[in-house]
Amino acid sequence: MGTFVQLVIDGLSAGSIYAALALAIVLVNQATGLINFAQGGMAVLAAYFAYSFLQWGVPLVLAILLSMLASFVLGAIIERFLMRRFEQGDPDTAVVVTIGLLTLITGLCGWIWSFNNLQFPSLFPLQNINVLGAVVSVRSIGTTLVIVGIMILLQLLFIGTKLGLALRAVAVNPQSAAFSGLPVGRLLMVGWGLAAALGAIAGALIAPSLTLTPGMMDAALVYALAAVILGGLSSPIGVVVAAWMIGVLENLAAVYVPFIGFDLKIAVPFILIFIVLIVRPQGLFGRKDVVRV
Amino acid sequence: MTLLELTDVTAFYGPVQVLDGVSLTVPDGGAVGILGANGAGKTTTLRAISGTVRAGGSITFDGKAIRGMRPDKVAAMGIAHVPEGRGTLSDLTVRENLRVGAYLRKDRKGIESDIDYCLDLFPNLKERIRSHGSALSGGEQQMLAVARAVMSKPRLMLLDEASLGLAPSTAKNVYQAIGRLRRESGIAMLVVEQNANLAFTLVDTATVLETGRNALTGTSAELKGMDEIRRAYLGG
Repeated sequence: MGTFVQLVIDGLSAGSIYAALALAIVLVNQATGLINFAQGGMAVLAAYFAYSFLQWGVPLVLAILLSMLASFVLGAIIERFLMRRFEQGDPDTAVVVTIGLLTLITGLCGWIWSFNNLQFPSLFPLQNINVLGAVVSVRSIGTTLVIVGIMILLQLLFIGTKLGLALRAVAVNPQSAAFSGLPVGRLLMVGWGLAAALGAIAGALIAPSLTLTPGMMDAALVYALAAVILGGLSSPIGVVVAAWMIGVLENLAAVYVPFIGFDLKIAVPFILIFIVLIVRPQGLFGRKDVVRV
Repeated sequence: MTLLELTDVTAFYGPVQVLDGVSLTVPDGGAVGILGANGAGKTTTLRAISGTVRAGGSITFDGKAIRGMRPDKVAAMGIAHVPEGRGTLSDLTVRENLRVGAYLRKDRKGIESDIDYCLDLFPNLKERIRSHGSALSGGEQQMLAVARAVMSKPRLMLLDEASLGLAPSTAKNVYQAIGRLRRESGIAMLVVEQNANLAFTLVDTATVLETGRNALTGTSAELKGMDEIRRAYLGG
């Protein structure tokens, strides 16, 4: 029982990091209809920003907040001066541009900060506490709680505020939204900025355990995309639940299914994706697009 | 007083010229119709005004040149475009659609009373206030599109084929409500309509477009009296 609880909570914690990245991907997709493959790379860049702030003696929490702010600005700039050119055209082209952006950012990070593993301090103390007879790290619990908090904040933003309403309106139909006077371009910049800031949180949460390298987020991006497909592109809560599912199932399968073990555990999300795509292509929580003729 | 004036407006979709010198005026508080066959350039004329297609020539609103302005800036000037095919935001509820319509307004009380006015104008929407746009019937979606435009408190409304795809009785209801809106609010209207009979219930004057040009312009009574108009647009 102790092992089981430990595995579940560690799984939730890993899943929370995938969730942060997945939420960023959903945010951009909701606003522009694109999948941003550079979201992981942008999160790594944010973590390097935070690392540099730390080097200059800024306290950790402030360094992370500053990196979120820098990411917000960078995300908005990327939308305005790069993606804006491709939003009207073929979506496939735009997606390839984001893949190029990922390569570019990874290369830049290596060039500026080297490809060596850098130590990044954890937000949470490295202590363990007892939960239901299991020994669980404070970091795992803290990471999970941060994501729950963000999810609630996002939900409040989208349901409860005028900005959230405007972002959703632009996502549904930018041209129709403009007819009500919504500044579509500026709202898209805000959408990309928010997504980048969210990615910065993912970067700061994952860096302490993986150590900071330019390719740190590559595996997390794969898991995040799996969560996005499982949860459904239109459902923020769905992708968080899916990311948790992936984190937990993967951990449990590694220990309890001898055939899989730790070497094959990355296969778990993909098996889930295959099943979901065959049975429910819109995702577990997504809404099917209905076109009225 | 002239509110909207188009002079020799041209427009292209790629290499294809769709408007070849359209001119018209809408007086403050007046209602003008644009009639014509498919492909005559009716919708494109509205799109040129709202800034969603690149246009040439001169377009002035309230004395200011607006040609080439971004759609959200045109909307902020007081022009509300109700596009063809129902401009509802499908993932948003009816109330949210109405709040989006009031995006540029700051008067909280006025917004609430205008929402009530819209629900009084279109009682069908009252029962569906929590429904998503995509769950509404075609007629209700059209009503919501018009209501969203009302929420921005425009001085001019561009109405594009409000009867498209609706059952005749529903289309008539929609036009009756728009007629009441016009009488009560004094919003000027530029109305594109295939169904000329419906258009004439609303407009004082109309222009007929043919291949991107004005073919005829006159008052409703004059146009209704012409044989060629009757044959082409009024069903005998």
